[in-house]
Amino acid sequence: MSDPMAEIRASFFIECEELLESLQDGLISMENGDTDSETINVVFRAVHSIKGGAGAFGLDDLVKFAHRFETAMDEVRAGRFTPDSDAIRLFFCCADLLGDLVRAARDDITIPHNTTAPVLNELDRLVGCEDDVEEELDFTPAILSLDMGDTQGLPDITGLPPLSDAPILETDVSVTAPLPSAPKGFSIHFKPETSLYASGNEPLYLLRALRDLGDLVVTCNTQRVPTLNTLDPDDGYLSWHLKVLTEEPIEVVREVFEFVDGLCALDITPLSASSYDPIFSDSTDQVDLQTTLIDVSEPPVAPPQIEAPVENAAQEAVQPEPPQKDDIPPTETPEITQDTQKKQPSAPAKTTSTPTQPRATVRVDLERVDRLVNLVGELVINQAMLSQSVAEAGLPPNSPVSTGLEEFLQLTRDIQESVMMIRAQPIKSLFQRMGRIVRESSASVGKQVRLHTLGENTEVDKTVIERLADPLTHMIRNAVDHGLESPEKREAAGKTCEGSVTMTAQHRSGRILIEISDDGAGINRARVREKAIEKNLITEEMQLSDSDIDSLLFMPGFSTASEISNLSGRGVGMDVVKSSIQSLGGRITISSVEGKGTTFSISLPLTLAVLDGMVVRVGGETLVVPLNAILETLTLTDDDLKALGPETHVVQIRGGFVPLLDLGAELGYRSPQDSYVGRTVLLIGQEDGNRAALAVDAIEDQRQVVIKGLEGSYGRVPGIAAATILGDGQIALILDPTDLVSQATGKTKKRNAPVPIAG
Amino acid sequence: MTNNEKLADASSIELLSFRVGGQDYSVDIMSVREIRGSAKATSLPHAPSFVKGVINLRGTVLPIIDLSARLGLETGQDTERNVIIVVDLESRTAGLMVDAVSDILAIPAEEMQTPPDLAADESRTFVSALTIVDGRMIRILDLEAVMPPQGEEAA
Repeated sequence: MSDPMAEIRASFFIECEELLESLQDGLISMENGDTDSETINVVFRAVHSIKGGAGAFGLDDLVKFAHRFETAMDEVRAGRFTPDSDAIRLFFCCADLLGDLVRAARDDITIPHNTTAPVLNELDRLVGCEDDVEEELDFTPAILSLDMGDTQGLPDITGLPPLSDAPILETDVSVTAPLPSAPKGFSIHFKPETSLYASGNEPLYLLRALRDLGDLVVTCNTQRVPTLNTLDPDDGYLSWHLKVLTEEPIEVVREVFEFVDGLCALDITPLSASSYDPIFSDSTDQVDLQTTLIDVSEPPVAPPQIEAPVENAAQEAVQPEPPQKDDIPPTETPEITQDTQKKQPSAPAKTTSTPTQPRATVRVDLERVDRLVNLVGELVINQAMLSQSVAEAGLPPNSPVSTGLEEFLQLTRDIQESVMMIRAQPIKSLFQRMGRIVRESSASVGKQVRLHTLGENTEVDKTVIERLADPLTHMIRNAVDHGLESPEKREAAGKTCEGSVTMTAQHRSGRILIEISDDGAGINRARVREKAIEKNLITEEMQLSDSDIDSLLFMPGFSTASEISNLSGRGVGMDVVKSSIQSLGGRITISSVEGKGTTFSISLPLTLAVLDGMVVRVGGETLVVPLNAILETLTLTDDDLKALGPETHVVQIRGGFVPLLDLGAELGYRSPQDSYVGRTVLLIGQEDGNRAALAVDAIEDQRQVVIKGLEGSYGRVPGIAAATILGDGQIALILDPTDLVSQATGKTKKRNAPVPIAG
Repeated sequence: MTNNEKLADASSIELLSFRVGGQDYSVDIMSVREIRGSAKATSLPHAPSFVKGVINLRGTVLPIIDLSARLGLETGQDTERNVIIVVDLESRTAGLMVDAVSDILAIPAEEMQTPPDLAADESRTFVSALTIVDGRMIRILDLEAVMPPQGEEAA
């Protein structure tokens, strides 16, 4: 095993990402007017947990920042400060910076202080709690550094040294003499899970921290400790029953266990008179203490039995007896009883019941998943080969072999789908990143923008998510910078001064549809046209439809912003976006209503690994046409076919005309044919509504094929998306219908010049 | 290349020699992954003439280069009897279609000669060194130059 510290560290950063995500979620609900204490607690807890972990790894910058942020959130939580929209914007900013710091810490980069300082000052000014900061700053690292000390494992079981500490605790405790007159405090049942030790926590320190609150009675439950020969040194067997006598409110007690949240079963109840009495009679305490000391000198596993009562605790007495919770599953955050919501410390207890609670998950190395995906791909190919040989063997279709194979096919598909699901991730993380882009870019251009997201749980292949980040960032910036008008113009146009950018994601007929729309001024087509002429992209005389003009935005070197801003307008733009979307097998379209806004729609394949295709033959070659591109297939009759111009034909289909393309000729496999009457054509539909009829020699089959990239081994081929392996082991090329159509010559008549034929 | 380097085996290079278009060529044996019989290649549209197409090599797509066409040599050999040498170059893999594989040779490094500069010869740029074995001239192929140009076909 490699360095355990490094592993823990790595998992800390993964957790941080999750925490940052829930932080964002919480802030978004706060932004939407949710003042529920649960929400605030989620935010608080996220910050707090990051701080805690960071402290354990000695990431001082992160701790300091998180601490200030946490302090501010604490003010909010305590109801002393009610955040307005400015404050929430600032919180967002803090959350972004916190994310930066986390990543910087992960990558061992130092972020200069001057990036965080202004935000922090702002925060302090806003919340007005600078005093707290100083005071608590001391406290935090203290607790955290304790965590750090024993990341090695389970010292109290595996090694003697920590245990030799134990008696110190007891003696310390015994010094604080029990005061019979102090019945107020808490009864705590604390049962650490193995994971508590595994993550480097040490119960001893928790007990010491409790002792600092007031007198402490510790009873260790050793019933679970097995005999030495059955003892698993990596397991924790001890649990403690603690009684702390303190005047501190429950929050403080709760805070002691903050860092072992979810790693132990924890039950804290205020002491009732009855539960208090028996233990706090002095004599018994003393006796117990004696036994403890003896116990400790025994073998390491032997549980120290400590009882030490503590003085005072008047405050919480007024508190009504809260309901008592029994064993809480370790993954859940400990539930603590409390009198009022406001007093709730960092109450994660509530979050467990919210619907956003993540389900149990496993973290798997992506490489392993990819290997599985590849293997399943091979399985699909093999299955196709098998089907083919069964068919060739001439077995009757209802023979057991054929029916068995049918089931096998079904299973293969199911397996494939499930494996693909493993790679799928909700698009949420991407949307959240975009939230930050909106905030930052709107601030830098002085516009008020709100991002709405819909369908953020739509699942998309991980690779797609990763590769979408850049194009989406660009489009969001464009929407903020170019799409939305300035607040003054908006008001003049009778809109709210706060602009709105909406991102939606949804599954639609086997593809993912992502839309980014703004409620801005829409595309100024006259201006676009002018600009395009100016840049020699089009000529003055060209007749362009609205959508043609919109598509000009995707031309390389096009930018309409009159002034070049910080954000966009350097002419590196939508063409790059378009090509990166295309490289994912996606399409991008634009639609705009003057004065109402602009919408970009991105349509992406669900997975990058398999597709349903139609196997066709043309010019002696076998090709696969993606099924989702085919609207229908038909056989041409004389009536359907109309000549248009010297070299091209159109096909008349139900009153519409569609250009006829000879697939063989377009790919250079053969010259255009003499006649296309009687030919089979595939009617190809595209996202933009354009259609084309592709003439092929024959349709062979319809099947699922595994996509094998060509770009890695050879390079991009125009009109070809990828390759696949057919049942007979031959490679067939997968057509990229949109690319093919856009590059098509449309020649379907022989002319004098022969068409060159490819290799 | 001085005599100081003459440390026998340590500095010798093992080459796989083969015949293509009536000439003897060779490649560093460490870049050869396997040798296999010819298979029907799926031709690629818009590909240069020397790219024969792609074949299925146990589940991966392998581009095939017709080496004689690539080197501008005479073709017209019976393609059924051709041999494909699968070579690795960095992260790329390609199949070189040759007439026949001849031998494995160990050539001391100092016996490598730089090819003379002859501007007229198209295949010259594909040869990184020359050597003589049993009176035959062996050309050492510059694999990088032979590989299909990547991304060139992008529209």
